[in-house]
Amino acid sequence: MKLKDRNLLGIETLDPAEIDLILNTAVPFKQMFTRSVKKVPTLRGKTVVNLFYEPSTRTRASFELAEKRLSADVLNISVATSSVVKGESLIDTAKTIEAMKADFVVIRHSMAGAPHLLARTINASIINAGDGMHEHPTQALLDLFTIREKKGRIEKLNVVIVGDILHSRVARSNIWGLNKMGAKVTVVGPVTLIPSHIEDLKVKVSHKLEEVLPEADVIYVLRMQRERQKQHLFPSLREYSELYGVDMDKLAKCKKDVIVMHPGPMNRGIEISSEVADSSYSVITEQVTNGIAVRMAVLYLLGGGAENVEGAE
Amino acid sequence: MRILIKGGRVIDPASRIDAVRDIYIEEGTIKKVSANLKLNKTNIKVIDARGKVVVPGLIDMHTHLREPGREDEETIASGTRAACQGGFTSVCCMPNTQPVTDNQAQVEFVMSKAQKEGWVNVYPIGAITKGLSGEELSPIGELKEAGVVGITDDGEPVANSMIMRRALEYSKMFKLPVISHCEDKNLSVDGLMNEGYFSTILGMRGIPRQAEEITVSRDIMLAGMTGGHLHIAHVSTAGSVEMIRRAKRMNIKVTAETAPHYFTLTEDAVKTYDTNTKMNPPLRTASDVKAIKRGLQDGTIDCIACDHAPHLDEEKNQEYELAPFGIIGLETSLPLILTELVDKKVLTLREAIKKVTLNPARILGLHKGTLAVGADADITIIDTRLTKTIDKFESQSKNSPFIGYKLKGFACYTIIGGRICLAEGALVSR
Repeated sequence: MKLKDRNLLGIETLDPAEIDLILNTAVPFKQMFTRSVKKVPTLRGKTVVNLFYEPSTRTRASFELAEKRLSADVLNISVATSSVVKGESLIDTAKTIEAMKADFVVIRHSMAGAPHLLARTINASIINAGDGMHEHPTQALLDLFTIREKKGRIEKLNVVIVGDILHSRVARSNIWGLNKMGAKVTVVGPVTLIPSHIEDLKVKVSHKLEEVLPEADVIYVLRMQRERQKQHLFPSLREYSELYGVDMDKLAKCKKDVIVMHPGPMNRGIEISSEVADSSYSVITEQVTNGIAVRMAVLYLLGGGAENVEGAE
Repeated sequence: MRILIKGGRVIDPASRIDAVRDIYIEEGTIKKVSANLKLNKTNIKVIDARGKVVVPGLIDMHTHLREPGREDEETIASGTRAACQGGFTSVCCMPNTQPVTDNQAQVEFVMSKAQKEGWVNVYPIGAITKGLSGEELSPIGELKEAGVVGITDDGEPVANSMIMRRALEYSKMFKLPVISHCEDKNLSVDGLMNEGYFSTILGMRGIPRQAEEITVSRDIMLAGMTGGHLHIAHVSTAGSVEMIRRAKRMNIKVTAETAPHYFTLTEDAVKTYDTNTKMNPPLRTASDVKAIKRGLQDGTIDCIACDHAPHLDEEKNQEYELAPFGIIGLETSLPLILTELVDKKVLTLREAIKKVTLNPARILGLHKGTLAVGADADITIIDTRLTKTIDKFESQSKNSPFIGYKLKGFACYTIIGGRICLAEGALVSR
């Protein structure tokens, strides 16, 4: 089986079988990490460009490791060191990359739809590494992988996503993915940070974290950006933290086997307490490891899977 | 030039004619309108209009010609070519040029340029406030003297209610409509599309309908208070339609226009991040489209104006957030009206024609929009059966969401002041 599209622009357009395929493909890649040589020749001779218009540490590092472990040639272009600061348009940058004969472009951009513009312009496979408030598909895939690994399944699990849903591409991608895989999703946050018509995505909405915690199998904590306070979206970080910050007191209301996830980077003491972040409930570092395996799977499958790449598993 | 238009179905809402008639034109005016005209004259150009519809020259009351300032996007010459191709004989150009049309000299520049290079009649609209700043009234009397037919800060709302009040009061002395771009900018801030399901899943900041409706409501109250003539530009929401309907029942002097994209497209068109779906106000929902159509049917919405807003490929071909608002419309307006409204029985052909001829003429006080004997010979002949796929434009810009649309009903002749400018669908001469 193959993926239908040559790009990965979002989870919205994937079907459940494709998500399963990616998660299953990531399993042997993860197993490989325990070997002394963590590298396969799968993408030897292929070029991957990591085009980052937004600062990112973990996503960029994760993609770069995934690419290198697949033996691809990797080029990193980030906004601070490129001609973008001289005012080059995305289209022109794209054409330049096209001329360099890149096979994959991994793009992170602050504006929704930038990967789609790129996909319309050039022939390389485009992987969305986060576009504005729209989607962050590989994050959702690594989250699904982590949930499946920890819980043995995704179907029928109660997943609570708490925080700034309005501005979160991670939330959007996870809502699509979790729904497609049969989980029951509840989003929790202040009214001002819940986007309009979110119920139409088949999620439950709550504004009281305590009320939804007893049922939760997974608590997914989103990062709270400090500048939201200035946009009149909530009165103070202290109040936010009291209502929606996940700490040990709140966790005491949960099932014993609940897991706590966070896409990082964390604001300890705001959306998540240090105790929780470092507790046995937390699978946050596991998410990081899984991210590499899932991104390897995505690159492998977009490259055509076993048909087009050398030395497949 | 003597022209005889023979055998067409003549629709002239002003003189309540909808019948097969011949029209005889001499020296730029309509001399005779009657069945089976027999003329004892020579040297007459005869246009066979059998099977075609002959209507007063179309008027677009909301056009951005971009000159002066952005001649790379459009000029008075290219914009009026597009108008002529689209069947329009008159356009009203918006004052948000660089510099702004907020003084006599600018009005005179536009008018003289249009005289020299324009393909159709150009009526400038002046600015309500100096530099569209919303802070200080333009010299409205002087603008009128120079030739403007209305005032607007289009592109920007007049945020200050006191200034809007004064504009509505002061313009009464000059019988000028105040054309309002209704938008509460505090509410629409950074918005890119309609706020709702699609803005949520596409991860784009929304523009709530209330950003438009709050200002529509305020302006209606101010029109009621002052007795000034308020004209609401580009109505896009069901709520606006309802408020205008009620205001008209209360005999408040308010008129309104909508644009073809607001009765043709909905917010889901944004899904592909095609920046030709980015306009202000944004595309709304199916229930808004339904309400717009109802408003057109019951006369709440008086006019259809296309809000022709040319932008370059390189401006539009970038991230959705960075692309400017607006689409071109002069060459798709009539076919969309005929395809989406007349063919689908939302409006009769007569009602539809009235919204792009007589109604805008009345609102702006133009001696246009009729085929009565003695009127200027501004005439559009329409082939309502001609089907074409939209693929090229006379406009200098190509930013249209309707490229690739198969539409039915196009202008085949545009006659302006007795001169044939468009013949058999092709531009002839200005």
